[in-house]
Amino acid sequence: MINNATKWEISPANSGFDLKLKETWEYRDLLGLLVKRDFVSFYKQTIFGPLWFLIQPVFTTIIFTFVFGNLAGISTDGLPQPLFYMAGITAWGYFAECLTKTSTVFKDNANIFGKVYFPRLIMPLSIVVSNLVKFGIQFALFLVIMVYYGGKEADFEPNRYVLLFPVLIFLMAAQGLGLGMLISAMTTKYRDLAFLVSFGVQLLMYATTVIYPLSIATEKYQQFSWIIEYNPMTMIIETFRYGFLGAGSFSWESLGYTTLASFIIMLLGIVVFNKVEKNFVDTV
Amino acid sequence: MSEIAIKAENVSKAYQLGEIGTGTISRDLERWWAKIRGKEDPYLRIGETNDRAQKGSSDIVWSLKDITFEINQGDAVGIIGRNGAGKSTLLKILSKVTSPTTGTISGKGRIASLLEVGTGFHPELTGRENIFLNGAILGMRKREITRKFDEIVDFAGVERYIDTPVKRYSSGMYVRLAFAVAAHLESEILIVDEVLAVGDAEFQRKCLGKMEDVSKGEGRTVLFVSHNMASIKALCNRGILLSQGTITSYGDIDTVVNEYSELPFSINPRKRTGTDNVRTSCIKFYNSAKSTISGNDLLFNNHHIIDLYLEVKEQCKDVSIALCFNNLSNQRVTSLWSKFNGELFTLTPGLQKLEFDIPKIRLIPGCYEVIIYIESKGQVLELIYNYTEVTISMPSDTASLESPQQITGYFVEDFKNKLVYDN
Repeated sequence: MINNATKWEISPANSGFDLKLKETWEYRDLLGLLVKRDFVSFYKQTIFGPLWFLIQPVFTTIIFTFVFGNLAGISTDGLPQPLFYMAGITAWGYFAECLTKTSTVFKDNANIFGKVYFPRLIMPLSIVVSNLVKFGIQFALFLVIMVYYGGKEADFEPNRYVLLFPVLIFLMAAQGLGLGMLISAMTTKYRDLAFLVSFGVQLLMYATTVIYPLSIATEKYQQFSWIIEYNPMTMIIETFRYGFLGAGSFSWESLGYTTLASFIIMLLGIVVFNKVEKNFVDTV
Repeated sequence: MSEIAIKAENVSKAYQLGEIGTGTISRDLERWWAKIRGKEDPYLRIGETNDRAQKGSSDIVWSLKDITFEINQGDAVGIIGRNGAGKSTLLKILSKVTSPTTGTISGKGRIASLLEVGTGFHPELTGRENIFLNGAILGMRKREITRKFDEIVDFAGVERYIDTPVKRYSSGMYVRLAFAVAAHLESEILIVDEVLAVGDAEFQRKCLGKMEDVSKGEGRTVLFVSHNMASIKALCNRGILLSQGTITSYGDIDTVVNEYSELPFSINPRKRTGTDNVRTSCIKFYNSAKSTISGNDLLFNNHHIIDLYLEVKEQCKDVSIALCFNNLSNQRVTSLWSKFNGELFTLTPGLQKLEFDIPKIRLIPGCYEVIIYIESKGQVLELIYNYTEVTISMPSDTASLESPQQITGYFVEDFKNKLVYDN
């Protein structure tokens, strides 16, 4: 055991370009256990357990349908309103949750991070995977509602772009993770950003096509629509709706742009995160 | 056995004092600007020592300064020093929780560090789930934990509660389980920070036994921080003495412990009040054979003589003199006060020697601060806090760990017992 022991070296803070992916991979069991911990501790001592994951999207959908659909009368591209909002809320919810939870990862885990070393990247990764479980349950509800409206012969039709679904999840996770890690890295020193996140995410939602379709936005506000179009989350939600419901805008170019943007955000996030990780214990 | 397990070269660690956050953006920009021009960090000035009691001129404090050492494989090294000497910082750097400001440490083999027991335990999860989670946090693979699971449960002695959430555990059980997980890590280097202060005597002994097995039986390297000199001496063969961020001594554990006991208490800086009439010039400790003791290391239950030398300027009458002993938590444990025996002295000018003869010293093993108190008719002539420090050890023919302080207290009466049959 001792003869083939690995050599190691501890040196002052590094440049951050070492992504430590190999080391992270060695700790994959920890990732699984953390996900299990999040999930199990969520529903311990509750009666409905994981069903609580469904309360939030259901109520949000009802309110959106009432306020934006009926009161404001915003178009839903000809889709049944609950289905339209549900698609947006489910997808956006995953991204938002990844972002907000990741952005406080240093603060929330300061206690563990201050006592034990393991690749810090595991923590944000576990958040993204944990949220996937929640997203899965909410997505199942979305499918149920789809089937229900399908039975009522509503006007929508899934197409082959449904197959892009795994890609979309990955891109959302990458963006949420990257952005969240950037913020969390900066909040170790400057706590101000933490206040920005919760309402920033809400603002961002209105700059994404959650409660309106892209077609309306480009038509009504031509001079501002670039904000919405260049928002990398917009294309994901549009593609999601396009694949499952057959309405919305989709082009390979914009998906390519979104993919590129997601990767850049994620890489930037990991680099900054790794740079901060080494010494954050001293400043947090 | 002579293979090097850990090698540290010029390791330093600086901490920023005061508030972090206000004005840090401008400071960060200044640092960054200095870095671009290839200059030194303007906020990291070398030359400040880490002395809590003194006010430094800059906001930076060097918690560790130019530490260089080598630890051989299979050594059990005790790291001792006062509060704030840099022990925990050194352990934190070794366990990669934080990185050094300068210098490198290289080594061979997996490190398991126990800076705290039960890190990452989730109160809602059961004992079983927490064993896996905690094990994984400490760096074990799942199959490794599965293989050792029964051993861990057995060691912790919590088999009956294994499927109960740990929030329902007693604090003792919690700690036992946590230590059990860490103790079963398969690592070449084990780093332990004063975690043994918890749990009952039986469990403490079990932990020390386990750590002894680890270092002596399996040839693994152990680094151990503790203020309990008895357990350090029992467990370690080498010692590192840190003081104000530098290594004051490194070598055989007995020598290092002796040196430690000669350091002045930093919790209470030596403080004198009183008149100029009487001044203590020195104190000497002897064993029963009247030979001087090095390092103020007294043996429990042994005969000792303490000589106190006093410089007297003017004659004083009805003087009583006391040597008082405080423990590390700053509680008065006992005293040798002449007045208590009804003895008052008349001191004449010149150097006077007062002898304290203690047939059997009954202080429990540990470190004690010595306070000198001289008074005459209620007037304090001299009161010196933290004049020196003594270490009480168990004579080698008795096992010190058999008598935990929770049971004995700090002072034990001299007594005998026997069973009495009335018939």
